[in-house]
Amino acid sequence: MNNKDNFFKGIIKENPLFVSLLGMCPSLAVTTSFENALGMTMGVFFVLVLSNLLISLIMNNKKLAEMVKPVRIPVYIVVIATLVTIVEMVMHAFTPALYFSLGVFIPLIVVNCIILGRAEAFASDNKPVASLIDGAGMALGYGLAIMSISIFREFLGKGTLTIWGDLQLNLKFIFDFLKIEPIAMFVQPVGAFLTFGLILAAITAIANNHKNKLAKEVKNNG
Amino acid sequence: MDNLLILAFSAFILENIILSQFLGICPFIGVSTKRSNALGMGMAVLFVMLISSSVTWLLYKYVLELFSITYMRTIVFILVIASLVQMVEIFLKKVSPALYKALGIYLPLITTNCGVLGVAILNISKEHNFLEMVVYTTFIGLGFLFVIYIFSMIREKLEFSPVPKAFKGAPIALVVAAILAIIFSRFGGII
Repeated sequence: MNNKDNFFKGIIKENPLFVSLLGMCPSLAVTTSFENALGMTMGVFFVLVLSNLLISLIMNNKKLAEMVKPVRIPVYIVVIATLVTIVEMVMHAFTPALYFSLGVFIPLIVVNCIILGRAEAFASDNKPVASLIDGAGMALGYGLAIMSISIFREFLGKGTLTIWGDLQLNLKFIFDFLKIEPIAMFVQPVGAFLTFGLILAAITAIANNHKNKLAKEVKNNG
Repeated sequence: MDNLLILAFSAFILENIILSQFLGICPFIGVSTKRSNALGMGMAVLFVMLISSSVTWLLYKYVLELFSITYMRTIVFILVIASLVQMVEIFLKKVSPALYKALGIYLPLITTNCGVLGVAILNISKEHNFLEMVVYTTFIGLGFLFVIYIFSMIREKLEFSPVPKAFKGAPIALVVAAILAIIFSRFGGII
């Protein structure tokens, strides 16, 4: 597999959220605004890229790998938890508003199945550079997924799109044009389940359609 | 007393761990296709949550705060929880084989259940005292058990209903969860 495929597989083919259904808790909880989703993406990106790199560096060193093998899961967890603590401290210091609105979901990046999953499935038996690229692709795929959920939720629920801090797109005029109010339900917990369910169904439908088309082409050609 | 009652009620219904705090969604979707599985998972979560929250609370108050190394919270908590789950497993195997048989296969899954770490952290950030911590954690765990059990009953029925092809599996489960969340959020008027 070349680097490009390695990077792009995380975004579409093996998207951690929409295809493998990993890391669902934060994807439902922090998608009330685009800003939160963006913050979460940056946290996950930092942790996933560095944990993949560090773990593959450990496992590529013969001496270290031998030592670590029997207790590798606890070792992975300590590496990940350390990185998450760094994210926590940096966010607390530089973006306090984001820190408080993400709340408990920052420390919970530790138990996000994507990160431990990539460490075990990819970084533990691949070269450092490949692991770094894999981590970046996966984190970006996850980020794009939660950001797309948050765009739907914030637009339908509040009629705005908060990009960062005071930088906010006001799209209320669309609702005014249709003479309706924004549907507040979408920024409540109900909206999280509903939006995610509907997006997932749409993706399944498109994937099924694509598969049928491919099957038909194969049939026609041979 | 009143405070504890309100705390218990809001932990059980209003701040329901699944439907309003979104913790422990993976087992909620993954292990809820059969009633017996849901019951086993719910019990195991309740059990582990109570033990791990007590241990981490004591550890935080009497070790981390004492040495003022509270920034080690995340690392210490996850390691304590991971090893606790192992210990509970070994202990149950020895002491109560019947209980081990019922909960055994769910225990390893619980380490990565964000609910357990989540509640341990919430108990610290909400500054609960020991009694409040016990009440809060118990009712959060009961809330998990209650919702996952109801959900598994609905999913057993769903298997025989004509669901559109694209909605099969996780999407319809999420839509059902959305409807449950509407019902639970309406209890807010009681307090």
